[in-house]
Amino acid sequence: MKGRVTAATGRRWSWLWAAVPLGALTALLWLFLTTDPLAPLGVGAPPLETITVERTILDDSGIHLRVRADGSEPLQIAQLQVDGAYWEFSQEPVGALSRLESAWLHIPYPWVKGEAHHLTLISGSGTTFEHTIEVAEPTPKPTPVRILAFALLGIYVGVVPVSLGLLFYPFLRTLGAQGLQFLLALTVGLLAFLLIDTLQEGLELAGSAAGAFQASTVVWLTAGLSFLILLSAGRRRGHSPIGLALAGYLALGIGLHNLGEGLAIGAAFAVGEAALGSFLVVGFTLHNITEGIGIAAPLTERRPHLLTFVGLAALAGLPAVFGTWVGAFAFSPQWAALFLGVGAGAILQVMVEVGGYLIRSSRPAGRSWFSIASLAGFGSGLLIMYLTAFLVNVS
Amino acid sequence: MQIDDSRRKMLQGGLLGAAGLLVSQLLRPFVAAQTGNGSKTAPYTGPHGAMTTVGEVDHARNGFDPQELLTAWDGGKISTLSDGRTLREYNMVAIDKEIEIAPEIFFPAWTYNGRVPGPTLRATEGDLLRIHFVNVGSHPHTIHFHGIHGATMDGVPGIGRGMIGPGESFTYEFEAQPFGCHLYHCHAIPLKRHIHKGLYGAFIVDPDPERHPQHVDVARSRLLGTPENQRWQELVMVMNGFDTNFDDENEIYAANSIAHAYMKNPIPIDRRRPVRIYLVNCTEFDPVNSFHLHANFFDYFDHGTTLTPTLTTIDTVMQCQAQRGILEFSFRDFEPGRYMFHAHQSEFAELGWMSFFEVA
Repeated sequence: MKGRVTAATGRRWSWLWAAVPLGALTALLWLFLTTDPLAPLGVGAPPLETITVERTILDDSGIHLRVRADGSEPLQIAQLQVDGAYWEFSQEPVGALSRLESAWLHIPYPWVKGEAHHLTLISGSGTTFEHTIEVAEPTPKPTPVRILAFALLGIYVGVVPVSLGLLFYPFLRTLGAQGLQFLLALTVGLLAFLLIDTLQEGLELAGSAAGAFQASTVVWLTAGLSFLILLSAGRRRGHSPIGLALAGYLALGIGLHNLGEGLAIGAAFAVGEAALGSFLVVGFTLHNITEGIGIAAPLTERRPHLLTFVGLAALAGLPAVFGTWVGAFAFSPQWAALFLGVGAGAILQVMVEVGGYLIRSSRPAGRSWFSIASLAGFGSGLLIMYLTAFLVNVS
Repeated sequence: MQIDDSRRKMLQGGLLGAAGLLVSQLLRPFVAAQTGNGSKTAPYTGPHGAMTTVGEVDHARNGFDPQELLTAWDGGKISTLSDGRTLREYNMVAIDKEIEIAPEIFFPAWTYNGRVPGPTLRATEGDLLRIHFVNVGSHPHTIHFHGIHGATMDGVPGIGRGMIGPGESFTYEFEAQPFGCHLYHCHAIPLKRHIHKGLYGAFIVDPDPERHPQHVDVARSRLLGTPENQRWQELVMVMNGFDTNFDDENEIYAANSIAHAYMKNPIPIDRRRPVRIYLVNCTEFDPVNSFHLHANFFDYFDHGTTLTPTLTTIDTVMQCQAQRGILEFSFRDFEPGRYMFHAHQSEFAELGWMSFFEVA
């Protein structure tokens, strides 16, 4: 009887053990924010000032920058130089920028098409921040014709090559067990390339985002998290996805990678850095055709409907369209990095699943999954992607 | 069969043609996305276009106004010595001070008397000068005068009193020699830092007309306070720069410290009266600075140590660091309006050393 009462009392007061540390934390924060307990360290450092230019727009009225402050204290953009000359500008909204606050700077500067411009922002303390426009080109405005143009660009680099790859399906069905092993290993190789590529792209973009976002950490975390989510979603019925489901996950993973590719291309075209034009499009077609073959690989033992192929092509290819739009008209590095992290996770998931499928499908034939055919396939996948990537390096 | 075959071929041909047409049509907007409008000249707004700093400097907070600096002569406390000579005593205090050198850009300067450039000391040839120097700054400083004096009064480290530490004081004493347009600056080491932080100023020695019988009138016109001198509009301009991010390159250039100050508030000039400019180059990091006058020409007296011009009828003069001189010109009978003057290094002009005379 007595023991039960004590247990009940204990439960009633158990919240206290959550409240005490929280209360102590609040008190500690208050102490640090109202007093300066670190003063004896003699740290009288000036405020750390950082600013990130997230977007550059060039049009008839001049140069427009979206900047984000990333310092320890509000940052005042006092003056601005273009090509070593002080220039008038207006800030919207006006005033000092708090940590992670962004603003647009409008500069009525007569920029020169096809040439480089160097901008210097100067803060109230005289600290300078450089920003270079490598090749000045008018920024595409989201007019209907431009939206269509960028959609087409996305279709050329995403939907078209994947569809072409899927057209290999009837041929793939004629392959024997060894051929299938080669093919699946080729898919894993291709995915390995895409994984590295996506992570690299994501980390590179993360580097150009404001430091406080810790965007490169975000890339790794979203990659890991989306890998686990997709893996558990794929195996929710207790076994690994096979056949159409596996093809679907392949298309999703590749689609997310193509979204990143679209982002890069859209952004590059928008700032005039993609001078290669149609050569680039041809390159992407060759580069991404392998992706279609990979998606078709798990389907060789079935007879899917034609519409299934259309759906797979759309799932893998259309994100490139979305990517080019975002890249050209609404680019922001931290969001792009996040997307690419998700893409990397999705690719890792299909790598695991396709690899598992490769191992399982080798078992009935009594062969080892590790064979000349699979090694050759894996190597070919990597090599084909690497070599065709020569054609498409935009940055 | 035959018909079927040809029909198939026709269909194929038609499809191919249609596909080609489609692709070429599809490519058109793609091409449109790549060809832009080209460059456009943006609309200009300000008095000299959009090429300027934005906003206004709070001169009251700085404690000095660039318009007032132009004519703020410091003649010191005057008394007469037992031998009949004039004694001038000046008080100079080295003090750390943050100054606004362009709108909203604050520079942690080292100053003489809280201003950059320091006070324009003005004396007459032959006067005895006593400069009571107190250092209340955070670093050791000196005052090194460009003039004629003994080694112990030279204000360089290790000679005489050498560097004057924080809280210390020293009196420099020498005769004002030779007449001309000179300067003083801190000679503490490291030299570059002590100069570009703001420790410099103009030091003008007017000629004593009695010592120059051949050019009495010219000498009298140079001697501050004489009726001949009052006819002139005298201005002092110290060309300088500020390295705000401490990368050994200046972000700001100006005459008398404040970027674009005389562009936003032009210097008023009465065109009936001649103009004399005491020009001193205290720019750090760059080997030369220059002065270019628009729509007019001037006579130039290098170092101001002669009463006849060393260069006549020029519109641009170049000075190395610490070089200085006197410019004389007139806007008599000129059309009233704004006349530009600036460094003719476009770089300096675009970074703040750009100015106007408002001739009326």
